[in-house]
Amino acid sequence: MTDDGNPTLEAPTPEAPMLEAPMLEAKGISKFFPGTIALDDVELTLHRGEIHALLGENGAGKSTLIKCLTGVYRRDGGEIMLDGEAVDPLSTHHSQTLGIGTVYQEVNLLPNLTVAENLYLGRQPMRGPFVARRAMNAAARISLKSFGIDIDPTQPLSAFSVAIQQVVAIARAVELSGKVLILDEPTASLDREEVELLFSVIRQLTSRGIAIVFITHFIDQVFEICDRATILRNGQVVGTRQLKDVSQKDIVSLMLGRQLEARVRAPKSNVVGKTLLEIDGLRKTGMLEAFSLKLREREVVGLAGLLGSGRTETANLIFGAVRADHGAMKLRGHEIRINNPRNAVAHGFALCPEDRKTEGIVGDLSVRDNIILALQARQGWMRPIPRRKVEEIAQHYVRTLDIRLANLDMPVRLLSGGNQQKAILARWLATDPDFLILDEPTRGIDIGAHAEIIALINRLREDGMALLVASSEMEELVAYATRVIVMRDRRQVGELTGDEITSNNIIHAIAAEPMVEPAS
Amino acid sequence: MIRTTHLPLIVTLLTFVLAYALCASQYPSMFSLRVIANLLTDNAFLGIVAVGMTFVILSGGIDLSVGSVIAFTGVFLAVILRDSSIHPLFAFGLVLIITTAFGAAMGATIHYLEMPAFIVTLAGMFLARGAAYVLSTDSVPITHEFYDMLQSVYWKTASGGRFRLIGGVMILTFIVGALVAHRTRFGQNVYALGGDASTSRLMGVPVASTTVGIYAISGGLAGLSGIVFSLYTSAGYSLATVGVELDAIAAVVIGGTLLTGGYGFVAGTFFGILIMGLIQTYIVFDGSLSSWWTKIVIGGLLFAFILLQKGLTWASTARKKAATGFNTPS
Repeated sequence: MTDDGNPTLEAPTPEAPMLEAPMLEAKGISKFFPGTIALDDVELTLHRGEIHALLGENGAGKSTLIKCLTGVYRRDGGEIMLDGEAVDPLSTHHSQTLGIGTVYQEVNLLPNLTVAENLYLGRQPMRGPFVARRAMNAAARISLKSFGIDIDPTQPLSAFSVAIQQVVAIARAVELSGKVLILDEPTASLDREEVELLFSVIRQLTSRGIAIVFITHFIDQVFEICDRATILRNGQVVGTRQLKDVSQKDIVSLMLGRQLEARVRAPKSNVVGKTLLEIDGLRKTGMLEAFSLKLREREVVGLAGLLGSGRTETANLIFGAVRADHGAMKLRGHEIRINNPRNAVAHGFALCPEDRKTEGIVGDLSVRDNIILALQARQGWMRPIPRRKVEEIAQHYVRTLDIRLANLDMPVRLLSGGNQQKAILARWLATDPDFLILDEPTRGIDIGAHAEIIALINRLREDGMALLVASSEMEELVAYATRVIVMRDRRQVGELTGDEITSNNIIHAIAAEPMVEPAS
Repeated sequence: MIRTTHLPLIVTLLTFVLAYALCASQYPSMFSLRVIANLLTDNAFLGIVAVGMTFVILSGGIDLSVGSVIAFTGVFLAVILRDSSIHPLFAFGLVLIITTAFGAAMGATIHYLEMPAFIVTLAGMFLARGAAYVLSTDSVPITHEFYDMLQSVYWKTASGGRFRLIGGVMILTFIVGALVAHRTRFGQNVYALGGDASTSRLMGVPVASTTVGIYAISGGLAGLSGIVFSLYTSAGYSLATVGVELDAIAAVVIGGTLLTGGYGFVAGTFFGILIMGLIQTYIVFDGSLSSWWTKIVIGGLLFAFILLQKGLTWASTARKKAATGFNTPS
């Protein structure tokens, strides 16, 4: 796992990609947003007929890079060479005509038009002023047959499954662009059989010399179909690897990183309190396999796993935001039923959701109103909290959590990400919960606020609270968790306690490989 | 083979046939060429404007200005023919340019200022109506030998029915409209916009020119409808055709076009117009029914068609879930 020395040079591959100029070469791509560097000097090279995985956790910069390549964003620096020529995509449509086509997870086609109309929209064969429908339908049928699907192209697109729609989208992108094809999470909503169909289509495209970028969070699929992978983290390329030379563990550790560990590692008191909550066999079809957990007071349990492993689903099921199919819960030895968040709040639960923009804050309400929201909801709307008490509570949390604001009346959306996160925390702390669930508490906030949130978690634990924290940041989990539950494929696959909690062990558990070094 | 997308059209057609059969069984004299000829003549202006409305609704928009534009056109023609000596044909050309430009301006506002079509065309409705008032608040009669000539053009059937010129103009409008909607690239773009505007943009549909074009067509056809209306009534009156935009929308929806855009046929609107005209004719034949019954029946029909469309949407989602096999039989 060293960055010096390129294994592809030592071991020439049969197709000898070095002889030809690469299909796409992006160098020094940078993109700045107010306050953040989304892409920092990113480099990406795609050879002809190559399937190249683009990997990274949420916020690593994958989608920003794709948007810079396809002209959705204007890049702030760097150059893009396509097929040996410098290009400057100005819009999605422009990048399509240059030769870079994109297919998204949600199929970007029109369900109300027929398959043929979708394939040829904007470039229909004409006869005089009219669209030559018969010719168009015949051409569509032949084109789709070459992709291995035999369907009636005069049917509306909405009559077909998502996998078929994906193939139609790919066919359109390939015929329109034909140099680079970007597939953004194409398999996320497909079942195994459909994935096979898609993969056979993708493999066949490589023989046409098209360079394919494959974005996914399914690491198995990367190893199944891709030749090379470029891994992004925090807007930077942390490595490009020939996949036959590396293991899943190498890739996962590149994605998650582990430099921070030494810095934030602090001794943790092992004093834990009485058993607070017992969860037994909580599950919901399609979301989570049976999940069990015994949680004590003064304990922080971390939920680790890659994107899509079931972290958020676990949090939502425990809190009742999504109703479970099965499962029993005991709070301090008494059986409880949680069917909705109201029940959960009544039992002293609290949840800070992952996406604070859509699920957490009410952007236009004042900071004060946002802080008081959950407490007022628990009291019931018929019994308003006196104005003076509201002011007192809001002031208290602004002070203790160090929320930086001009005044309590300002709309919460004007706060920075870290301060918004603290405002949501304040909202739930105001209800004085016994059990706090945090889903990605540090997503999208700056490093300084990061450390404060971590310190706050530790303080809450010392005050006697039980916490369940779902996070993709391993160093953080190592810093505050007294136990870590590892999730994979919507299932509990391991538990680490005490000194076992290291980034390395978490990576091992996520990648599900025996804890031995792979032969180098 | 019957497709779900064709189903509303077929239902409209069956509704018309059934309604006509019922009418004819009660009043056998309704089943005559004379009645059909009158149906076409009396609804010519509404049919023409409904073709424009079909384009607008197919694209997912709405145009509330057309009733006012018809009134404006009538007043404009009446005033200009009274006060000047220009030829009516020249006046027709002038008013078509004005109304088309007016529609195009509304389309441009909707697209470039990203305003809802509802509010932009509502403003257009007040503007056009106001402009008509400014020209004249009274009903201005049109007396011109060219008008007399156009009004005397008809084809007389054996039974004494008269197919007049304006009915022919409407049928021609429907034919051209159907060709444009279903057979040209522009028409495909209209359907694409109605399916999903942002996806259409990603797929390279020229959204700006298509939107402007759609509202220009609607404005221009409202102008043509105004010309036809002035031939029909031989007058221009600023209080005329209030609420015609709503009749046109009703005809389009009864004709099987989805109000959310993307699904529908120009031919459906033709039958929507005929159904609405038929109800009125029936009430005239009956003689004892209040004309308000027209509104009640149209209201009921609209509601039934909305339910039908909702049902079809449910049915197609259910079918989509069921369709998982790759080798879909063709």
